[in-house]
Amino acid sequence: MDRLFELGSEFWVAAAETLYMASLTLLIGGLGGLLLGTVLYTTRPGSLLSNRAVFNIVNVVINFFRPIPFIIFIAAVQPLSRLVIGTGIGNDALIFALSIAASFAIARIVEQNLLTVSPGAIEAARAMGAGPLRILRTVVIPEALGPLILGYTFVLVAIVDMTAMAGFIGGGGLGNFALVYGYRQFEPAITWAAVIIIVVFVQGVQFLGNWLARKVMRR
Amino acid sequence: MALVALRNVTKTYPAPEKGAPPVVAIDGVSLEIEPGDVYGIIGYSGAGKSTLVRLVNALEPATSGSIEVDGREITTMPERELRGIRLGIGMIFQQFNLFNSKTVWANIAYPLQVAGASKSEISARVAELLEFVGLAGKAKNYPDQLSGGQKQRVGIARALATSPRLLLADEATSALDPETTQEVLELLKRVNREFGVTIIVITHEMDVIQSIATKVAVMDGGRVIEHGDVFDVFSNPQNPSSQRFVGTVVKGTPSPAELAVLRERHEGRIVTISFRDGDASQAAVFVALATAGIEFELVYGGINDIQGRAFGHLTLAIRGADAAVDAVLAEISSRVDVTEVP
Repeated sequence: MDRLFELGSEFWVAAAETLYMASLTLLIGGLGGLLLGTVLYTTRPGSLLSNRAVFNIVNVVINFFRPIPFIIFIAAVQPLSRLVIGTGIGNDALIFALSIAASFAIARIVEQNLLTVSPGAIEAARAMGAGPLRILRTVVIPEALGPLILGYTFVLVAIVDMTAMAGFIGGGGLGNFALVYGYRQFEPAITWAAVIIIVVFVQGVQFLGNWLARKVMRR
Repeated sequence: MALVALRNVTKTYPAPEKGAPPVVAIDGVSLEIEPGDVYGIIGYSGAGKSTLVRLVNALEPATSGSIEVDGREITTMPERELRGIRLGIGMIFQQFNLFNSKTVWANIAYPLQVAGASKSEISARVAELLEFVGLAGKAKNYPDQLSGGQKQRVGIARALATSPRLLLADEATSALDPETTQEVLELLKRVNREFGVTIIVITHEMDVIQSIATKVAVMDGGRVIEHGDVFDVFSNPQNPSSQRFVGTVVKGTPSPAELAVLRERHEGRIVTISFRDGDASQAAVFVALATAGIEFELVYGGINDIQGRAFGHLTLAIRGADAAVDAVLAEISSRVDVTEVP
């Protein structure tokens, strides 16, 4: 325990780094996933802008990247990371890799949730003369908003989980903190302190997500 | 000029699996719907009636044939232009298809936003429509807080928002209980009467046709097998399928099984007399029967009212001397249709 107090400020820096990595990834990966998922949904056969070629390409790309274990993916995208953001190590490189990986995961979640929108509501909008993009923006996404929020909450929890691998490429965060000061220095109290903060963080996110979704779905 | 004119329209869907023949949903349908009509289209499920109505607002493209709406051919029209046509056609659905994430107010405002109306126009029009459908107090509610009948009234208000000349009602009352069905049908009648909106009513329930339609087409296997004024089709259906539908609401002539029961209970000859509006009055027929020196009993049938015109079939059991019965039957058959049931 004493050791934990000695490391006090570093502990809070690590916590802040986790928050930083998770929220920035949610923002970038979330937008990327929304875009990819919406493309999947709208181009699938029989949908608003069905286009077999686009659907198949996006589908195959997602299926290619999704099964890659994240720790290997971090290493694999390192050259691309250097090219795009100028570095292959540190928190920002982790955000880069995680945003890409999260985009593909979120794309599937977005696609699944958009598919739950009743075809009847879409038909009604078509019958009123609305075009595909307007229907997407004003009917499909609002109708799916509740489940989408729950989906994003689920993803954010998974993102927090994956930020623990930042230490692998020289990044920080609570995961790295627990491994470096807790695990390697035989200080279980430190490991558990990190665990508790992460659990509190995840509970908070889940609570917020549930509350928002309930507000949107009014159930 | 007809508001909607279908000429030899077909709709074929690709085969569901390899080697199977393509599915013919609509098989050479021609229909003309005049402005002001409440045109009923009735058929069993799978008869093609829902597909037919979706051809009229081009939610489904026709495979061949011509469809004119308000004098404009829509089968060759590009999608962008079709959206303009759809703004002038309202549609209501069996499952209401309201937007659950939007309030009642926002549901009704939606087509006006699509049409590019200004905010003040939208407010005024939505308020007017809420008043018309009797839901002025529900503007801020969400669809899941409404009953089925209320949801359909929102659906009707939404469909009327852009003041269309044509309203398509696809099984609009099939998910409602009988009482709510009557409410919604009354509302549709007002829509037709007060705004002069032409309505195409798709249904599998003959009493829906009976209570609101002026004309009816009976569909079976993707074809229109009989069509005409509701009174004509109800009082004298030609096709066996039409006869079955009419039989669901009109107590006409007894079936063979019912006839056997009647024969057990009643002596004498059994005769069905068919009245149609404009024929001789019932009074004259009954006076003739009463003064003929025979006994008769009314054993089956009823008189129906379709848009203020009456028709019906009455089956009588008549006892008396053969000669006297023959004489009176000859007399009344000069006035009405008389069929002796063997």
